[in-house]
Amino acid sequence: MLVDDEELARALVRQLLAAHPDIRILAECANGFEAVKVVAETKPDLLFLDVQMPQLDGLEVLELIERDAAGRPAVIFVTAYDQYALKAFDANAVDYLLKPFDRARFETALARARTRLDSGSAPALDPLVPRGAPLSRVVVKDGVTVTVLPVSKIDYVKAEDDYVLLRADGRNHLKNQTLAGLEEALPKERFVRIHRSYLLNLDRLVRLEPSATGAPTAVLTDGARLPVSRTGAQRLHDRLGH
Amino acid sequence: MHPFFTQSGRLGLYLLGWIPLTAILGGLLVLAGGLSLLEATALSVPLALLYAFLCLSSWYLCRAFPVDSSRLLATASALAMASIVAASLWLLSGTTLAWALALLPAFQTLPDRLARAGPVVFLLGVLLYLLVLAMHYVLDAAEKVRVEERRAADLRTLAREAELQALRARLNPHFLFNSLNSIAALVAERPEEARSMCALLADFLRTTLGMSERISIPLREELALARRYLAVERVRFGNRLTVSENVDASTLDVAVPPLLLQPLFENAVKHGIGARLEGGVLSLVTRRSGGRVSIVVENPADARAEKPAGTGLGLANVKRRVAACWGDAGHVGARLHDGRFRVEIELPAEA
Repeated sequence: MLVDDEELARALVRQLLAAHPDIRILAECANGFEAVKVVAETKPDLLFLDVQMPQLDGLEVLELIERDAAGRPAVIFVTAYDQYALKAFDANAVDYLLKPFDRARFETALARARTRLDSGSAPALDPLVPRGAPLSRVVVKDGVTVTVLPVSKIDYVKAEDDYVLLRADGRNHLKNQTLAGLEEALPKERFVRIHRSYLLNLDRLVRLEPSATGAPTAVLTDGARLPVSRTGAQRLHDRLGH
Repeated sequence: MHPFFTQSGRLGLYLLGWIPLTAILGGLLVLAGGLSLLEATALSVPLALLYAFLCLSSWYLCRAFPVDSSRLLATASALAMASIVAASLWLLSGTTLAWALALLPAFQTLPDRLARAGPVVFLLGVLLYLLVLAMHYVLDAAEKVRVEERRAADLRTLAREAELQALRARLNPHFLFNSLNSIAALVAERPEEARSMCALLADFLRTTLGMSERISIPLREELALARRYLAVERVRFGNRLTVSENVDASTLDVAVPPLLLQPLFENAVKHGIGARLEGGVLSLVTRRSGGRVSIVVENPADARAEKPAGTGLGLANVKRRVAACWGDAGHVGARLHDGRFRVEIELPAEA
């Protein structure tokens, strides 16, 4: 399956694949949303994935692809930007093709993909690749619907077993990730861990209400009330400067 | 506040300059009024010190009456009046001091003899005042030259930065990589298009060569470069990129710094077209009204984006260059409105 927003870039991969009659192109996608959906439907073995794409980039696509062993494709990144190379390998991509590339380089990547697929031991794709810079948005998938949540729209994040629940615009979104992992990726100046199970967007905090037990309750702009632990209260005080 | 009071070194130098003037005053008192050396010293030292500070007031005059040939008469009469007033005040304080000293037995006849030297002291007062005034004008002019030199140096720095930035834009590696990738894709199946893409790319690169060495170019050349750039990007993005142009012919000869608009077009393509599935229309409008020219570059913005990401650097550079070239006469405005990102540059229409 080929994913690239530029028709010509897909055409180049298509042309080079023509020399391999045993490889069938299941689908071509021009954007990330479509790619997530089509990967779930067609379950390709191999994915050629551009990084820079409108609305949902290649790394986000990777994040949203089903992580059960059966549906996991081998991924070759194709991009003009080499700064994503390390991250792509963190994500266990098979190879990383820098545009423009020649047939020899393409064949090497393809051979690697074949080895990976034959051995049948495709390592798990890392769910959230560290990007160096804090996330500006979080992508979530509910069935086939992909939602992009700008971090400013997120009220708070709650840990729920293997998932995190993201509260945004009055709706709940589930994401298969740990709270600690998401805390690490979100901008530190905006989000504070107020409790073992809660990460709060500081912009949403209206006031802290003291309680009999000593640990206060955080009241948010929409009236929601979240528990605050002792360490959480300490972090809030440090952050708010009093 | 007079600049001498903020720079103590200069005040010291100025007062040092008054030591010989004090000696001249004393000498005149001895010669014209027949004062003894002791009397002349007792009078001239405090008087000179007082006048040294009084004369500093001429700085305000210098500020109020900048050198301007059209107001020469008004300026000259104001300065003459000021020097007469200052000298009169000086003579008055001298006389007062003499009367005060006359209380001492040794200085009893001092007021009479000072009155004899009065006209000379008054004349000296006028001259000294004018001298300090002249010094202020000279210092002011030197300061202006210094400021002007610093501004010129700033301009040179900015121009060099712009040149570096232009060089980077010309050699923007991702633009080149993606263009080369398009060519690689076209070569096998549409060789004719691959050839024309090579030509377009070469055209663009050749136009930028040498462009940044010039201080200013006519807007028509800047727009020609933009068209070449957009032609290359149109091959890459296909029908996702549509360009709409509404260029007023009377704006074409207006002088702009080279590659001023290039970052705007690059931003518009990268964020306005490249970040949208459906692409969109990039519009360019130039207009002239009276002595002003307005250049508007507009592109559709990703509705989901909170603000156009990454446009900061290119836009900041455009703003700084406009400010460096035209100061307050130039203006750059950017805003997100109705799902479109719009940058407007307003400049004086100078050929």
